Amino acid sequence: MKRKMLSLGLCAMMTASLLVGCGSGNTEGSAENVETSGELTWRIGGIGPTTGGAAQYGQGVMNAIQIAVDEVNAAGGINGYQISFNFQDDEADPQKSVNAYNTLKDWGMQILEGTVTSGACAAVSAETYNDRIFQITPSASSTSVIEGNDNTFQICFSDPNQGTVSADYIAENGLGTKIGVIYDSSDPYSSGVYQNFATEAANVGLDVVATEAFTSDSKTDFTTQLQKCKDAGADLLFLPFYYTEGSIVLTQANKMGYAPTMFGVDGFDGLLGVENFDVSLAEGVYLLTPFAADADDEATKKFVATYEESYKDTPNQFAADAYDGVYIIKEALEAANLTPEASNEEICDALISEIQNVNYNGLTGEGMTWNDKGEVSKDPKAVVIKDGGYVSVQ
Amino acid sequence: MGFLTYLINGLSLGSVYAIIALGYTMVYGIAKMLNFAHGDVIMIGAYLVFMCMSNSGLPAVVSIVIAIACCTVLGIIIEKIAYKPLRKATNLAVLITAIGVSYFLQNMALLIFGSNPVSFTSVINWEGLSLAGGQLKITGNAIVTIITCLVIMFGLMWFVKNTKPGQAMRAVSEDKDAATLMGINVNATISLTFAIGSGLAAIAGALLCSSYPNLNPYTGSMPGIKAFTAAVFGGIGSIPGALIGGLLLGIIEILAKAYISSQLADAIVFAVLIIVLLVKPTGILGKQIKEKV
Repeated sequence: MKRKMLSLGLCAMMTASLLVGCGSGNTEGSAENVETSGELTWRIGGIGPTTGGAAQYGQGVMNAIQIAVDEVNAAGGINGYQISFNFQDDEADPQKSVNAYNTLKDWGMQILEGTVTSGACAAVSAETYNDRIFQITPSASSTSVIEGNDNTFQICFSDPNQGTVSADYIAENGLGTKIGVIYDSSDPYSSGVYQNFATEAANVGLDVVATEAFTSDSKTDFTTQLQKCKDAGADLLFLPFYYTEGSIVLTQANKMGYAPTMFGVDGFDGLLGVENFDVSLAEGVYLLTPFAADADDEATKKFVATYEESYKDTPNQFAADAYDGVYIIKEALEAANLTPEASNEEICDALISEIQNVNYNGLTGEGMTWNDKGEVSKDPKAVVIKDGGYVSVQ
Repeated sequence: MGFLTYLINGLSLGSVYAIIALGYTMVYGIAKMLNFAHGDVIMIGAYLVFMCMSNSGLPAVVSIVIAIACCTVLGIIIEKIAYKPLRKATNLAVLITAIGVSYFLQNMALLIFGSNPVSFTSVINWEGLSLAGGQLKITGNAIVTIITCLVIMFGLMWFVKNTKPGQAMRAVSEDKDAATLMGINVNATISLTFAIGSGLAAIAGALLCSSYPNLNPYTGSMPGIKAFTAAVFGGIGSIPGALIGGLLLGIIEILAKAYISSQLADAIVFAVLIIVLLVKPTGILGKQIKEKV
């Protein structure tokens, strides 16, 4: 009897662990700002995590698209037609993201600006490719998002680019001599950045003394990884993952009395917004971003002011990417001279060819251009956290 | 020095597993059911501590006491509503109910607290010890966790062995019907077991989140599964088994991360479990009970 119960229990445990993986959370789709008037409009959909571990990205993206859409609508719309915008929450989960996509498709979406995170985006871009819906993602940086899909474009720089630029930046500025790396081996974004960082680090002669990994099942305990980096004498930690885990790493490193230079990539944007996180631990953390809210050009100032006024928060780079996204779509649609009467496939094909001719000056870069693979060409900037804010490094 | 640090980290992680495993093992030993909602009671406990401490500014000890009280009540309610009506049902039905309760608690937490993770302030305000000229640093969290685990474990063993309710527990675990005939209130004993297990879950939640400061509605799932593994590993139904299983699991996990591969750690932990169960199907301290035909 006992043995029977035991095997039963083990079966249950395995089933439960499966469920844990796929069942992470229920979402009520958050239909924001849906216009239901019968008037013909451009239907632009957005998907991203407005709740969950990457919520700051989704919220930033949603708010910024709304600002841009309002601006465009106030200025007369695109080719004389107003934009309707509908944003759905996916909690950064691929399955929920596809559900959100189906909801938007039922709503009649013509163009998708999303999704926000790489894992979810790869799942959705397979769907948009089949359905021939043009997709531009503000922030999903993995190459898996655009690979094999002619209809998906990125506004953020891709993972290879981030990994390479990070290694170059660390080497040029002599930020560290012995480098430790911790990355999430279960996440395409994190491992993508890491692989390119490792390659470039070898090229520029950086000494990587420790390479440690964690997975989505064990992303709360970093003490062992930190201890190994510490024992290896790493004086700079390269941390290509998201800010939620970032806040834990910083807390645990502090408890251990280990204080190397911390260098994150764009996933660290949002670190200062983690609820109840002691932001003094983030002092001196470097991160890579195409956008700094303290920049003093006119466009950035105006965007930051509007954002702060509407949402009582400082926009992050994802918000800026998303804001640019709306104007990039506008520019491409105007060049193609389309109206919302066109079918999704016509819009998709026209935008694929037009976006490659666009040369866009936005918040996140001057002279942004796209190649036929869907990658953007622009320059990342490094920012450092000082006195509880992001400050550009010259 | 590195090895000692890893060992202490492993003991600390293992102690948390052991406290959680106690909840599984006691309920299994007495009610012969697997309470999969246990991991989620931990999460609720951690949220209660967080709300009392960070939002209301209460001292850590008071917060933990409140959380223990609330979780105890929660445990009794869950038992009364979800498990008691199924006392005569098949094991499978109870198991599915337990998974249902687990999801209910998770989704309830999602509704109340939202899915944004919060950074948990440690309940332990002590820097810890610095030995061997700063070479070996033991955090206050680790020390308090290990000591709490040992105190709970020995307290519980004493309780089960020497008190009336404890004896009733042992009697019910051996033979429910005979215990009823001897005048033991089986239902009250099972409720008491749930109450103790859930109260311990609150402590486990506070300790878990103090060491690994990230709290969201899924915080309890993975540690819950690992602790269940620890309970099976040590011999489910046995209190010292939970201690040994928990500590071993924690140490194996940390050492595997440190010396073999940080990516393979989980795979190694579960591989060890399979090997142990192949050699000794009842777990390390599990007893083979002969079925009476």
